[in-house]
Amino acid sequence: MVDKQVQGPKEAVADIPDGASVMIGGFGEAGSPIELIHALIDHGARRLTVISNNTGSGEVGLAALLKAERVSKVICSFPRTANSTVFPDLYRSGKIELELVPQGTLAERIRAGGAGIPAFYTPAAVGTPLADGKESREFDGKEFLLERWLRADFALIKGRCADTFGNVVYNKTGRNFGPIMAMAAKVTIVQVNSIVQPGGIDPEVVVSPGIFVDRVVEVAEPMHESELVAAGATYP
Amino acid sequence: MTIHREQIGRSKDEMARRLALDIPDGAYVNLGIGIPELVARFVPEGRTFVYHTENGLLGMGPSPENGAGDPDLINAGKRQVTALPGAAYFHHADSFAMIRGGHIDLCVLGAMQVACNGDLANWSTGEPDAIPAVGGAMDLVAGVKSVYAITQHCTKTGDPKLVERCAYPLTGRGVINRIYTELAVIDVTPAGFALVELSPGVDFEYVRERTGAPLLRR
Repeated sequence: MVDKQVQGPKEAVADIPDGASVMIGGFGEAGSPIELIHALIDHGARRLTVISNNTGSGEVGLAALLKAERVSKVICSFPRTANSTVFPDLYRSGKIELELVPQGTLAERIRAGGAGIPAFYTPAAVGTPLADGKESREFDGKEFLLERWLRADFALIKGRCADTFGNVVYNKTGRNFGPIMAMAAKVTIVQVNSIVQPGGIDPEVVVSPGIFVDRVVEVAEPMHESELVAAGATYP
Repeated sequence: MTIHREQIGRSKDEMARRLALDIPDGAYVNLGIGIPELVARFVPEGRTFVYHTENGLLGMGPSPENGAGDPDLINAGKRQVTALPGAAYFHHADSFAMIRGGHIDLCVLGAMQVACNGDLANWSTGEPDAIPAVGGAMDLVAGVKSVYAITQHCTKTGDPKLVERCAYPLTGRGVINRIYTELAVIDVTPAGFALVELSPGVDFEYVRERTGAPLLRR
């Protein structure tokens, strides 16, 4: 019998070891799996490499994970927000390593990782400082940069609904990195507002097919980062 | 004593309105953060533009009424928006396939510097203590069919932003097609900056003196 539902966020992240690479979905607060991130803080794994578009805001969610000094490296496109000093403080004091990647290159590296394509050429960043040290090649008279795939040990993602086979649908622009991270991680963990029985999601509208998803966990009323930040909340 | 500081050339709204006149009906358009966002307010009558926001939405509409928003429905500037009838959501790899694959017709970006060969610098001053952050700018300029810059003609300290060669780290090489400032509309051509039109009440010499590279008058 296939049943990917786990009891709660705590059980879902319990086997993430020190030194793991973890993809964390979300673009800003949209699609950010806050409950899974908070469970990871409680769990206590250290020296993590985090792959995520941003570095969180305030001192909750992703920013709280960084603040707790559990992360040694981030691979990210935009580690700046108007309302968080967590990443800038760590970066300036040399406590965290940053690999800065153009957003589309980050997405394609993750997609390639999930699709079994070890490298690809892209026109983005040609002639810029982010091309330094990268192999380039000309195709049809234009220059392109060679980029490597990205894969991870775990992915933490937020969706709207899943079935117990792991099929997932997302909510609006909260989809962002979810489907490609689900493909690129060895163990993909998805928090959703509701879990239904197989057949409860129309196969025509499934976004992440269950083969890419290992664990689903129900968080019926997830917190919103902007509301927590506005309330001055911190975690833990 | 009152100090009256005269506005020379177009206001930011007028710059955005002027740019919107050059967008054809039915275009797929990506607007950057800041002045570019104003363009959405000035769609000429009888035309429809479809706005792409790179975090995963085609058919982006205006900000929601207070309290009616969804934290999962935001634009690339992380502000809450709405989805218009006919909108579509998609994941990041598809979104940047639209960008790099040449499917987006026009991108409008802010600029720190634009060089007369079309080089753009708009993501970093390169200062040692700056937190580097690039987002999707490098993908957009590399892949979108036309890239327009909309910017003040000079910095707050009066230095030209249209220059011979960018001093700041580049976002892309030879990527800007046209520039809209409060003083003029200027094309980037193989021969360098070329005036398209002056803003009302602005004369050519005034623009030329404030441009950091030769300005051709066609």
